[in-house]
Amino acid sequence: MPFKNTSHLRVLALCAAALVVACASKVPLNEPAKVEDRTGQSVAADTTSAGVGGAQTRDVKAVDVTPKQADSASNTVYFDFDSFVVKPQFQGLLEVQAKRLKANNAVKVALSGHTDESGGREYNLALGQKRAEAVRRSLNILGVPDAQMEAVSYGKEKPAVQGTGDAAGEKNRRVEIAAR
Amino acid sequence: MANFSKYWQILVHCVAAVGLTCSSWGAQAQFRVEVSGVGATQLPIAIHSFKGEENSPQKLSGIIAADLLRSGVFRIVDAAATSSGFDEASRPELARIRTSGAESLLVGSVTRLADGRFDVRVRLWDAVKSVDLGAQTVAVVSNDLRFAAHRLSDWVFERLTGDKSVASTRIAYVTKTLANGAPRFNLWVADADGENAHSALVSSEPIISPAWSPNSQQLAYVSFESRKPVVYVHDVASGKRRVVANFKGSNSAPAWSPDGQNLVVTLSQGGGSQIYMISAAGGAGGGGDPRRLATSSSIDTEAAFAPDGKSLFFVSDRSGNPQIYRLDIQSGAAQRVSFSGNYSISPAVSPDATKLAYISRANGAFKLMLQDLATGNVAALTDTSADESPSFSANGKQVIYATQISTGGRWQEALMTTTLDGRVKSKLTAAMGDIREPDWSGRMGSSLK
Repeated sequence: MPFKNTSHLRVLALCAAALVVACASKVPLNEPAKVEDRTGQSVAADTTSAGVGGAQTRDVKAVDVTPKQADSASNTVYFDFDSFVVKPQFQGLLEVQAKRLKANNAVKVALSGHTDESGGREYNLALGQKRAEAVRRSLNILGVPDAQMEAVSYGKEKPAVQGTGDAAGEKNRRVEIAAR
Repeated sequence: MANFSKYWQILVHCVAAVGLTCSSWGAQAQFRVEVSGVGATQLPIAIHSFKGEENSPQKLSGIIAADLLRSGVFRIVDAAATSSGFDEASRPELARIRTSGAESLLVGSVTRLADGRFDVRVRLWDAVKSVDLGAQTVAVVSNDLRFAAHRLSDWVFERLTGDKSVASTRIAYVTKTLANGAPRFNLWVADADGENAHSALVSSEPIISPAWSPNSQQLAYVSFESRKPVVYVHDVASGKRRVVANFKGSNSAPAWSPDGQNLVVTLSQGGGSQIYMISAAGGAGGGGDPRRLATSSSIDTEAAFAPDGKSLFFVSDRSGNPQIYRLDIQSGAAQRVSFSGNYSISPAVSPDATKLAYISRANGAFKLMLQDLATGNVAALTDTSADESPSFSANGKQVIYATQISTGGRWQEALMTTTLDGRVKSKLTAAMGDIREPDWSGRMGSSLK
């Protein structure tokens, strides 16, 4: 492995660059970031290099600390596949929303849950409701009275983007916070 | 009559072509019937084109033949060679009909009356026993000719099989189209053959889960027109509608009690999706105080009453994934019913309460399943993989469902019917955008005008 050390450095450097790219292009957290090895072929960053030894693994775990869609949709909370857990990166968004709502208790919001396009309409409606309720509870913990919020669901009826693939699903599994 | 003989040939071809789907043909598009498969037992019937039919706006003999063919119980025999202008008043040469393989023969006539209505007369013959099985006469306005044909189909079906027919029932379904980039949702009411569709509701917001009332005059459905799911009941003839469930949160999945007095709906007012009973009477504020039928910490939804009204089938993910359960309404006890696969939804109960149709996911495909409630045996009824929303015909002999089929290399939404053995399927309507959410009405008592 004559190029081991240099390639290792290159991977680290590329990894840093990939992180920036990942932040900008909203690469999902649960997918390995792609980096180039020195042969020019794309490999998954978490591919373990055999025989190198535990201390010198080629594993690269991408960490994305930027809230997804933070700039374009600060009223939208996104969810992982089959998940109803409000992810920590949306805490800031919810705090901003909570502050706004507590400042003016005449403002009422609808928390509209949505799912991806897979599965039945009514069951998805209930799944979207579960996401909306999760956001409602989060805002409630931040001091927003339930009287100001209504958690509702659109199920899979109003996808943000069309399509059934992973990229579409990621944008469709969401709760939108909007004035009632 | 050249077109007619071609029509019969294609029909016969449809019946003969196992597993193939016949497509519509040219100028006779109103006869569009796409049937595939061969039933286990099919009664061979010859239907001559009715005398004077060429001057009628509807080709009644074709509509009747298509109805009988779709039922899966009949086979249309090409009787073109034996057709020589017989009508209900003449005695046909039944020996020649027998030779063609048909066991019965329908003949008739259509005459325009002085008041503009059409006088339709038919006679049914038993070709094997050479017996006159009776005649029917109806006089209808032009717009009711299709309905008249369906009623005559019912009569033929019932006369020859002794079973109830559903040719004159209706279906409701929803389409989604794009008008200048904006979605447009339509709730349609059509004849059971998918023709004669009338829009009952247009909205820029989604409409889902239409459900016919037991008297087949009203539809309950979920409309998002107020930017949340709200359950309405809609009188189809008058267009009058009322809110029956508009509680805080989501209101969805309406199902009628068999007596038409109540609806079961899914409400999220308590924080999770749970099943409640409300009065169908409704009013400005909804159907009164909802009564919670079951309590779980999981999703409970998509209830469907058993025909006796004492229990209902519903979907719950209390086991970790959605499965179908049966709830005894009085005791509140729930028992799991579906065990095939890890995703079973959208239960529909057969009118005789012996079978349950539902959608199961297996290997990424959503398939229409039929479960025998006594034995627990389950069978897949389709070879498609995006089946949705099953609903039984009122006679329990067929199921309507939405799916996607490949036409010319392109996937398209379609409404299909299938017999319970999965052997005879028909595609109901031509593409009208994204078509979904079919619900099959009960039998209607209304008479011909």
